[in-house]
Amino acid sequence: MTHAVVAAEESINPLIPAPSDLVWATLCFLVVLAFFVWKFIPSFLKMLDDRAAAIEGNIAKADEAQNKAEALLEQYTAQLADARSEAARIKEQAREEGKRIIAEQREQAAAEAARVTAAAQAQIEMERKQAAAQLRSEVGSLAIDLASGVIGESLKDDAKAAGVVDRFLADLEASETGKAGAQA
Amino acid sequence: MNLLVPAAANDGQTFQGPTIEEFFPQAVLFEGTPFELNRVMLIRILATIALIVLMWIGTRAMKVVPGRFQSVVEMGLDFIRVGVVEDLLGKKDGRRFLPLIAAIFFFVLFMNITGVVPLLNLAGSSVIGVPLVLAVIAYIAFIYAGVRKSPKLFFKNALLPAGVPPVLYIIVTPIEFISTFIIRPVTLTLRLLMNMIVGHLLLVLFFSATTFFFLYAPAAFKAFGLGTLAFGFAFQLFEVLVALLQAYVFAILTTVYIQLAVAEEH
Repeated sequence: MTHAVVAAEESINPLIPAPSDLVWATLCFLVVLAFFVWKFIPSFLKMLDDRAAAIEGNIAKADEAQNKAEALLEQYTAQLADARSEAARIKEQAREEGKRIIAEQREQAAAEAARVTAAAQAQIEMERKQAAAQLRSEVGSLAIDLASGVIGESLKDDAKAAGVVDRFLADLEASETGKAGAQA
Repeated sequence: MNLLVPAAANDGQTFQGPTIEEFFPQAVLFEGTPFELNRVMLIRILATIALIVLMWIGTRAMKVVPGRFQSVVEMGLDFIRVGVVEDLLGKKDGRRFLPLIAAIFFFVLFMNITGVVPLLNLAGSSVIGVPLVLAVIAYIAFIYAGVRKSPKLFFKNALLPAGVPPVLYIIVTPIEFISTFIIRPVTLTLRLLMNMIVGHLLLVLFFSATTFFFLYAPAAFKAFGLGTLAFGFAFQLFEVLVALLQAYVFAILTTVYIQLAVAEEH
């Protein structure tokens, strides 16, 4: 390293600035300051403002989206509840309808059965009566003819004949009954 | 032979300690004019260009979502904006003085850091011009801030502090005057200048001693070279810290002076 001679050393005072020292220090600093004032700090602050705006914008957007989603959810929940109660109502209605139909059918069937039974009974009764009347008249005339032949006496007197037939039939019935009782 | 006495003849055989000459190298251009360029001035110009280029790249197209380099530049600017300016001056005054304080911080930092940059190895702020010019600018800034706000209040707060019996103003006012208007710029200048001068002298001392011990000292002394090398390395790292710290101190003191000047009452 080259040093000035010792004699020169004593003349240097580091606290006294040389003109060129001040000139270059001032020039350099003013250039730096100019760039900071004109470019660096403004673009830095602008970016910070943009960033703040972007963050605020995003927060607002997110809030809005959340509100929307909540409203939709509420709406869907309400609709779902409506649909559920509607379904329950329809089911209940159908069940009642079914019950009613079954009861009706049952009633109709019972009535039909009763009608059929009654008709059959009436027919049977009628036929029985018819048969009995026919039988009575046939058996009566047959018995009288037979008896007339036996006793040689014509039982022309109708009143008498009817009385005889009746008595005969009653005896017959009684003997039938007695026989049946003895058999049992 | 006394090893530590600087010798006039630097023949390599005797130890030559660093002198104040270190900071006044020979002129390389424009010798004798006010624009005389020597090594220190060239280092200043280089540091200035480096600062502007780096900041330009970092702030050229700032994005809301920063890239890597922008993040680093942003961290530096935000450190000054939040940690120094807005913390002391508030948002409103802070925005007004942010460009000045940020320029002071980064300018001092870049001038200081050249002291540990290999091949430069000399701080741009180790010659009085930079500290003095910055101190004058800080001085103008805080007086401007105070006078702009309210001249009456500024000088009253500075010279006639509240809560002092009026009789004592005979003593207090001259003390306050000296401390505010004379001591402040002087301490700003000397603190930075002396830190940089001493840091550089220490590094030169350690590394030239290492060279001397390894190459020229008697065999018995050669081991000392390891010690001086280790210290030199440690101080090199320490100088990085000092460079940052002095830039921070300069910026925060300027801000504090402005804050005191615009305060309603202290």
